[in-house]
Amino acid sequence: MIEEALRVGIDVGGTNTDAVVLDAADRVVAKAKRPTTPDVTEGLRAALDAVLAEAGAAAPDVRRVMLGTTHATNAVLERRNLGRVAVLRLGAPATTSVPPLCGWPADLREAVCAGQTVVAGGHYVDGREIGPLDRDAIRRFLDGVAADAVAVTGVFSPADGGHEREVAELVGREYGLPVSLSHEVGSLGLLERENATVLNAALYGVAAHVVEALTAALAGRGLAARPYLAQNDGTLMTVEHAARLPVATIGSGPANSLRGAAFLSGVAEAIVADVGGTSTDLGVLVGGFPRESAAAVEIGGVLTNFRMPDILAIALGGGSVVREHGVGPDSVGYRITEEALVFGGGTVTMTDAAVAAGRVPPGLADRREALRRDDLMRAAVARADEMVADAVDRMALGRGDRPLVAVGGGAFLLAPRIPGASRVVRPDHAEVANAVGAAIALASGRVDTILPAGESRSKAIERAKEEAAARAVAAGADAAQVEIVDLVEVPLSYLSEPAVRVHVKAAGPLAR
Amino acid sequence: MRTGALAARRAIEEYGAVPLVRPRDLAADALIVPLSGIGAPTVSHEMIHGEEEPRRIAEEIERIFGRPPDVVMSSEIGGANGVAPVAWAAQLGLPLLDADGMGRAFPEVQMVSMYVAGLPADLVIMADVAGNVVTIRPVDGLWSERLARAVCVAAGSHALMADYVLTAGRARGALIEGTVSRALAVGRATEGPAPLRALRDELGAVQLISGKLTDVERRTTGGFVRGTATIEGTGDDRGRRLTLELQNENLVAVEDGRVRAMVPDLITVVDTETAAAIQTEALRYGQRVTVLAWPCDPLWRTPEGLRTAGPRAFGYDLDYVPVEELTK
Repeated sequence: MIEEALRVGIDVGGTNTDAVVLDAADRVVAKAKRPTTPDVTEGLRAALDAVLAEAGAAAPDVRRVMLGTTHATNAVLERRNLGRVAVLRLGAPATTSVPPLCGWPADLREAVCAGQTVVAGGHYVDGREIGPLDRDAIRRFLDGVAADAVAVTGVFSPADGGHEREVAELVGREYGLPVSLSHEVGSLGLLERENATVLNAALYGVAAHVVEALTAALAGRGLAARPYLAQNDGTLMTVEHAARLPVATIGSGPANSLRGAAFLSGVAEAIVADVGGTSTDLGVLVGGFPRESAAAVEIGGVLTNFRMPDILAIALGGGSVVREHGVGPDSVGYRITEEALVFGGGTVTMTDAAVAAGRVPPGLADRREALRRDDLMRAAVARADEMVADAVDRMALGRGDRPLVAVGGGAFLLAPRIPGASRVVRPDHAEVANAVGAAIALASGRVDTILPAGESRSKAIERAKEEAAARAVAAGADAAQVEIVDLVEVPLSYLSEPAVRVHVKAAGPLAR
Repeated sequence: MRTGALAARRAIEEYGAVPLVRPRDLAADALIVPLSGIGAPTVSHEMIHGEEEPRRIAEEIERIFGRPPDVVMSSEIGGANGVAPVAWAAQLGLPLLDADGMGRAFPEVQMVSMYVAGLPADLVIMADVAGNVVTIRPVDGLWSERLARAVCVAAGSHALMADYVLTAGRARGALIEGTVSRALAVGRATEGPAPLRALRDELGAVQLISGKLTDVERRTTGGFVRGTATIEGTGDDRGRRLTLELQNENLVAVEDGRVRAMVPDLITVVDTETAAAIQTEALRYGQRVTVLAWPCDPLWRTPEGLRTAGPRAFGYDLDYVPVEELTK
């Protein structure tokens, strides 16, 4: 029987672009893998075509398409297709010792910056204005630059975004340029938030291209499906929302694979190892969501304060080249099907070593007998197991009682038992866990701000929760089903009045 | 720390390189201005210094002393206050003194060499981002801390501060000398191919243990992070176990119930591979670390130095024994 309301999940990885079709009961009804192309879009179309062909007669019932893509990441890394941004900071005379874009790689600054300035405005930690917003200085600055977009960052705007919103209104009315506001992009930490806001503004063009390409691909295949984009915390945004927040799509891959692993295995507390062609990403699931990294995240040489999954990547994958003295870090990548010994090629890869040890990829006949099980192979498997055990130990933080969920196309490499994990779980469809993760994701919203700790605290926290929920709905969540999934309060020291830093995250299933 | 480094690089580009001068190269009446940022750490991630604060403090010093300062000094070489003075010196067009008030990092304001040397804490000058300048003439160090903290809070929990403004003549024996050039040497050493060995050699440090961090226990009390960290040996150190007592800094290292190093000697946890220091708040289970210890400046080993920043000043009932003897 054909279920109605199918969903397509697509995830663009470094080596492959994976796609799945899920039915209304979240069962995988079709899956496909195609090589990722340099322009990304072509590989995406190929994967979409392949998975729709496999879904066959059911394809027209696709109602939603969720895409996790590397368009934005590549644009920043390769400094291509980036818009020119007028960078405006509100805070003078404070903060001028480190002007905007300080510390950016020169070529990225060259590609992105249409001009930068610090004008009067912004707030103190206690909510007072540093100074009134200097509208004339803003006009003088914008009159002198040729920009595609404006990035606005006010000091302490996560606690009070008023000045940033005033600037957005002014720019929209008088200059008609798109504006990126820092309090909608990042959390506390001025320079990191400002960096993310500038990148966000520079990516508006890329976002428009992705949305256009995806929409055209769906229309061209006669699909009346609603498109969504995956973001780096493992949740989704409508394409309208993504067009305003493209920077949040950077790094969505690992989050998708972790969420997919949780869903496919039914395990909410686990270590996840996603073994690809070149590398293995390890992450940790806490309550079914990725454990987040506390460290600042660098994108294309620029520090940002995104809440990314805590990922440990090791240079071990199915295509890793095996030599006398070790494994990798180089890999034959997508050429594995030509170059590996088991496929008749001439390069000893990790896949060959694994097969020789009896760890055979699904779908491949056991070719153990065809391979010499020599010292080289044995040493490579031992080395790989050691690398995995070491990485698991680093990620487990002393807990050995959780299972390890093995996903990704290279999951067969992993040993049947891994020190530091209670057992190894290999769910069905593990090789496309990332695409499944994109397809089953929720929509979310976050608020990160500083609030007074006194009597007004509980009211203020309620407001922060409402704001997070409103942001989740703006990202596409069903208002009736949004829940607060994370609330962290950290007391602050050395302030005039006791204050707390509050982080709230709301998430919910997509609205019908 | 990153913000300080960015400000320093920017200021050098804008105002030119900062010469490093030794205390002995200064005339006896040369005026030294020790500078440090004061405020809440969370605030300093969001509120960054302007460019005018150092100049306003210099002008106030000129008003008080009848002449402008001659040289900038870092109050505390460890942490953000070690790098930012490069920016402040560049902005003032002054040289930076190859010395500081700690030779390391300490959590409390009285834990500076000027205090140990008996210099009076009778003048504090503060400048905030708004342009306010406040001069405090406290009766002692306790009032100095209390009043400076109150001003800082009123200024938005972020300000630049000069205390213990002094002449080179009075500074003799009251500073930890050579610490800026030592910091530079440490940085250069760790850029090479064998960073850990280079760091150890540069510091003349003893390697207490190399292994894996297996436990970190932390609690926040009185504004400070206290706790313990356990490192279990690997490789040549397999079977050994070292425990560190933490209080914002690493204060005491214990193995098999025996103290191996204690404050005010320096104990540092570094990444075994990169030799990059790991601050106490960043310690995490599973990190591959090496613990180094090396002697503090002789000033901290005087009776007054130990009274100020010895093990008992941090609540440990231990008689100080130099690290050289403990690790013989």
